[in-house]
Amino acid sequence: MTDTIEQPVDDTTTRMNMIQAINSAMDVTMARDPAIVVMGEDVGYFGGVFRATAGLQKKYGKTRVFDTPITECGIIGVAVGMGAYGLRPVPEIQFADYIYPALDQLVSEAARLRYRSGGEFTAPLTVRSPFGGGIFGGQTHSQSPEGIFTHVSGVKTVIPSTPYDAKGLLIAAIEDNDPVIFFEPKRIYNGPFNGHWDRPAENWSKHPGGAVPEGYYTIPLGKANVVRAGEAVTMLAYGTMVHVCAQVVADTGVDAEIVDLRTLVPLDIETIEASVKKTGRCMIVHEATRTSGFGAELAALVQERCFYHLEAPVVRVTGFDTPYPHSLEWAYFPGPVRIGQALKKILKD
Amino acid sequence: MPEESDVVDALSNLKPLSLHVPEPKFRPGDAVDFADVEVPAAGSVRRPDTLAPAQDFTDLAYTMVRVLDEDGQAVGPWNPQLSPDRLRRMLRDMAMVRAFDERMFRAQRQGKTSFYMKSLGEEAVAIAAAHALDDEDMCFPSYRQQGLLIARGCPLVDMMNQIYSNTGDKLQGKQLPIMYSEKRFGFFSISGNLTTQYPQAVGWAMASASKGDTRIAATWCGEGSTAEGDFHSALTFATVYRAPVIFNVVNNQWAISSFSGFAGAEATTFAARAIGYGIAGLRVDGNDALAVYAATAWAAERARTNAGPTLIEHFTYRAEGHSTSDDPTQYRSAGEPTAWPLGDPIRRLKDHLIALGEWDEDRQAAMDREVAEAVKTAQKEAEKNGILGHGLHQPLDTLFDGVFEEMPWHLREQRQQMIDEETASGRPWARK
Repeated sequence: MTDTIEQPVDDTTTRMNMIQAINSAMDVTMARDPAIVVMGEDVGYFGGVFRATAGLQKKYGKTRVFDTPITECGIIGVAVGMGAYGLRPVPEIQFADYIYPALDQLVSEAARLRYRSGGEFTAPLTVRSPFGGGIFGGQTHSQSPEGIFTHVSGVKTVIPSTPYDAKGLLIAAIEDNDPVIFFEPKRIYNGPFNGHWDRPAENWSKHPGGAVPEGYYTIPLGKANVVRAGEAVTMLAYGTMVHVCAQVVADTGVDAEIVDLRTLVPLDIETIEASVKKTGRCMIVHEATRTSGFGAELAALVQERCFYHLEAPVVRVTGFDTPYPHSLEWAYFPGPVRIGQALKKILKD
Repeated sequence: MPEESDVVDALSNLKPLSLHVPEPKFRPGDAVDFADVEVPAAGSVRRPDTLAPAQDFTDLAYTMVRVLDEDGQAVGPWNPQLSPDRLRRMLRDMAMVRAFDERMFRAQRQGKTSFYMKSLGEEAVAIAAAHALDDEDMCFPSYRQQGLLIARGCPLVDMMNQIYSNTGDKLQGKQLPIMYSEKRFGFFSISGNLTTQYPQAVGWAMASASKGDTRIAATWCGEGSTAEGDFHSALTFATVYRAPVIFNVVNNQWAISSFSGFAGAEATTFAARAIGYGIAGLRVDGNDALAVYAATAWAAERARTNAGPTLIEHFTYRAEGHSTSDDPTQYRSAGEPTAWPLGDPIRRLKDHLIALGEWDEDRQAAMDREVAEAVKTAQKEAEKNGILGHGLHQPLDTLFDGVFEEMPWHLREQRQQMIDEETASGRPWARK
């Protein structure tokens, strides 16, 4: 990776990009628990197409870190069986766009195994998968399918926005005894992305979220993070969009409160409710397509719980209901212009 | 460059295509003749070394391993040479499955439960396999392998409690009847989704191998569901890692109303699916308990010695409907079950024991009475715990248990909503 690694800011903290933080999370947990296995296409000797598993096979051996055939259904089905045996698999689906062949194993099997077996069998999997666009990946390397999984009972959905969060959340996900979908916003693997694709790329070296403890720590699932406190409007976002929101707020000077959800299911409803009741306005920002996206669920929850505090209609800023286009990627992406316009509108209403 | 009109002219000279849509040989009302079903003589198929490379015996995927001949003798290299005691136990287990099926089918018809699936005519497939495997080996069954549980000694009452979704059901009434989960008997939770258990069995077997364990996995699906993508994924994974797993394809000729031709049986055998993967493939007479035992024992030996997976096609016949929800006379000839050339697996094993001088008709009749009585007694016991529809057998809030290890707020809220609704309804079973 091209990221510049700075000196540790203290004895135990290192600058890491998100790939390194994710790698470190698996390394730390694998060292602690011999039941953890990492599997997926190209994850073994090569260390993954994004290098997230680099060095793990060498360190933990081929029976704990191994390449798999190209069958996502098989990867998840095998992981469910390994979980039934007593292992704790961390399968990688190379791109979230490729997760659909595994849907039956995730939705009908992993997510319901505890329920249907009276707790005799569980599926303690953590399915890692890079998601989201902004890398000219076209329609098959850019999708954000989180809304499919938040609709499924029995599975948790986690999306980090910084290297620090990625490591702490991934460790918590791996240790969780329920299946977790862990979507990694690949646009911010190397650095926070402010939405201005035509400006020079940043790396994680100067961002506070790039300071990552080398050892073990967890960030509990189901806890949001208020990344900026404010009074004028609440912005609910996760993954890449947290950083885009932050840039728009910085550029416009609006006193917005930005809530990074971090976990979509289970959702930190208390933090959301407290924030919206305080600001009276709520904007939801996600990169995924709009219709039936997770934003719809958030909008419904906010109006159910905060209706009498709302001073304006809840606004969604999302990707369009089209496939993710290749050349027109930045017209699709909910960037600073779309967010800025929505912000103006919600403050005027 | 040819003119466009030339191309069109050339195309017009081609014969029109036609689409082949398979059709079973017999439909309701047709006279049945299974003369074209090839049944090799018992004992005529060779038995390769369990360590032999799969490509050395691909012919075994196209024939049929049979041990019991027409005179009730066990013959040939696949004869597992079982003790009379073992044979009698297998016979009794098969009789028990049949009696259990009969009773539970009737219970469904009496409105005591919502659903049941019999295994009439296929009892040997699960019973003989269970006898050939170690009790510690892990089974990933489909929905018609109740024989595994019975052979492994699962109390009938526990199975019935599950079927009735009553207070004794440890699955808390959450699963469709017969979708058992019995970890203590090495029996994985049954899914209604087809063949999902195949890659899961491979994963379990890979885990066992990677941990230096000695246990192997076995899994079952029907011939119809070999068409699922999971089947291909599982066989690919299994051959890649030489997983210690046995794949059983129960070819009972019918997938609800679709005959085996809709899974490709017109073109090849299901055992032959193994060949493309480099996996050992065996095709056995599924109504011959000794052939099923021998093939399973062979595959288990192969798996235990790290020589890889085996796919076994059990050629059998589903003598009744798919489940209590379909009427087979609507889609196939009523003459099929009796005309089936491989006979009744229970009668064939009984005849063998009699031929050995180890059994007789009186003892058979006494055994039939004894298993029927055992099932009846278990049923009375189970019905003390309630039957489906007669009241609420589980505390209401168990509905929300087990979605996650710890219940998140949104489920707690929904649980409270349900309790409020039930309290407001004033129904006699409302939670107080």
